[in-house]
Amino acid sequence: MYNEVVMDHFKNPRNVGEIEDADGIGEVGNPLCGDMMTIYLKIKDERIEDIKFKTFGCGSAIAVSSMLTEIASGKTLEEAKNISNKDVANALEGLPKNKLHCSNLGADALHMAIQDYEDKKYGKSRSEPKDKEEHQHASGDNCYCPYCDVELGESATFCEACQRDLEEEH
Amino acid sequence: MLNLDHISSNPLLPEVKEVMIDAVQNDYHNPSSQHKAGEQAAEKIESAREAVARLINAKDPKEVVFTSCGTESVNHAIKGVAMANRDKGNHIITSNIEHNSVVRSLKRLKSQGFKLTSLPVDTNGQVDPGAVEEAITDKTILVSVMHSNNEIGTLQPIKEIGEITRKKKVVFHCDAVDSVGILPVDVQLLNADLLSLASNTYYGPTGVAGLYIRKGVKVFPLLEGGAQENNKRGGTENLIGIIGMGKAAELAFRDMDKRLEHLQNLKKHFLAELPKYIDEYLINTTPDRSLPNLISLSVKYIEGESVMLMLDEDDIGISTKSACASGSLRASHVLVSLGLSHADAQGTLVVSFGLDNTLQDIDRFLNSLKHTVETLRNMSPLYKKKA
Repeated sequence: MYNEVVMDHFKNPRNVGEIEDADGIGEVGNPLCGDMMTIYLKIKDERIEDIKFKTFGCGSAIAVSSMLTEIASGKTLEEAKNISNKDVANALEGLPKNKLHCSNLGADALHMAIQDYEDKKYGKSRSEPKDKEEHQHASGDNCYCPYCDVELGESATFCEACQRDLEEEH
Repeated sequence: MLNLDHISSNPLLPEVKEVMIDAVQNDYHNPSSQHKAGEQAAEKIESAREAVARLINAKDPKEVVFTSCGTESVNHAIKGVAMANRDKGNHIITSNIEHNSVVRSLKRLKSQGFKLTSLPVDTNGQVDPGAVEEAITDKTILVSVMHSNNEIGTLQPIKEIGEITRKKKVVFHCDAVDSVGILPVDVQLLNADLLSLASNTYYGPTGVAGLYIRKGVKVFPLLEGGAQENNKRGGTENLIGIIGMGKAAELAFRDMDKRLEHLQNLKKHFLAELPKYIDEYLINTTPDRSLPNLISLSVKYIEGESVMLMLDEDDIGISTKSACASGSLRASHVLVSLGLSHADAQGTLVVSFGLDNTLQDIDRFLNSLKHTVETLRNMSPLYKKKA
């Protein structure tokens, strides 16, 4: 189901835990699939000195959290802001197609934690919320049903072939 | 692997393996062939049919049709009745916690113009037979309710529902895929007109299953072609599989009481020991009206796929009904129908026992579960919030 890199991060997650006097905390949750992720940051000289996570979720969600903390650790805040969910999935050498959206929220949690830090330090006005990542097809250039792989129109909300509602992006 | 996922499949019994290996080596003839070798193959199929008929107390073995899997049996029953009875009506009654083979077959029929009534279940997962009676109209052509639920193990009041459908002269299909061969299922006692069963539930091979069609019930075939299976299912028979399924049926019938006792002991031990290992969980399986071989539990603050993966590392196999593991990434319709919250549904594990399990296996599982739950809770933001 998962590749070796994902399984390694799932079995031996890096940086699990909390930081008691964290400078920034970011929490994301996905009601559709139920994953929740909290990121704690310790910042020194605008650089991530320490990062920890707590996650409620599937194997993929735990591996994503762990990999994210490895990537972000030691980065400057500006560098860390540029880490995307896709970067995390790529570092994990890929995630199952149906897990790409729901469990791959690590970067969002990180950005929220940085925002939290900046809000505390500079006041809320300074930082603008970052635009959501652009819609990307789960695979290839067309839209496909995530369940049965039949080609779909961009705005389809129901797959005629397998009779499933399509709440997720495709 | 320590298999505690018997609801997914079961190992072949040695006697079943033996007849199947013999069949692999010696039986390849087409049961429809008119030469002697073909006739011998046909005889083997008929003797397997008799064994399956005996297991469910069918009056005539001809009422048993061999299919390729439980899903085919269910599709055949539901779509076959719907197509054959369009002139009589277009209304079908079912429950909210059926297997997806029922759910999706009915959804397909709905898109073709049939009307559905899906009945709710109580917190034990049971349908109220009175609600079935109330839902029946003069347009009702079929009631389909499962014998036991594959996720939570609940047994439905099938006998009571069967009395109602018999009285109202409505065809009754019962999906008994997870029950037949595990506990006594008697089509006469249940008043079932159609009943789906599968061979691998009772230690026969996968790829072969059955549909009981009571004599006189109008059902169109799903697969049309030759005159096989008394004109009810075209296609050359899975001879080796059917031979294995027949042997397994014979053994299930013979050893029913002994097997039941073994499974009930395992389940009792599991439920008695569990509180010594973990806390804060829900048992979704009603102890007295459920399959003897299955327990569904929802462990709070953690997610089921992670539990399954960690146990797999310990070489223990279970299933989970977490949304994350479902493919569709949605909470199971069965758990939601019970009234479980989405968060609790996420931590749902299905542990199912078999003849090959011992009390020591249960203890080994519980030890491993304890460690897994501790590790995952230490990682869970929900657990922190609670404390």
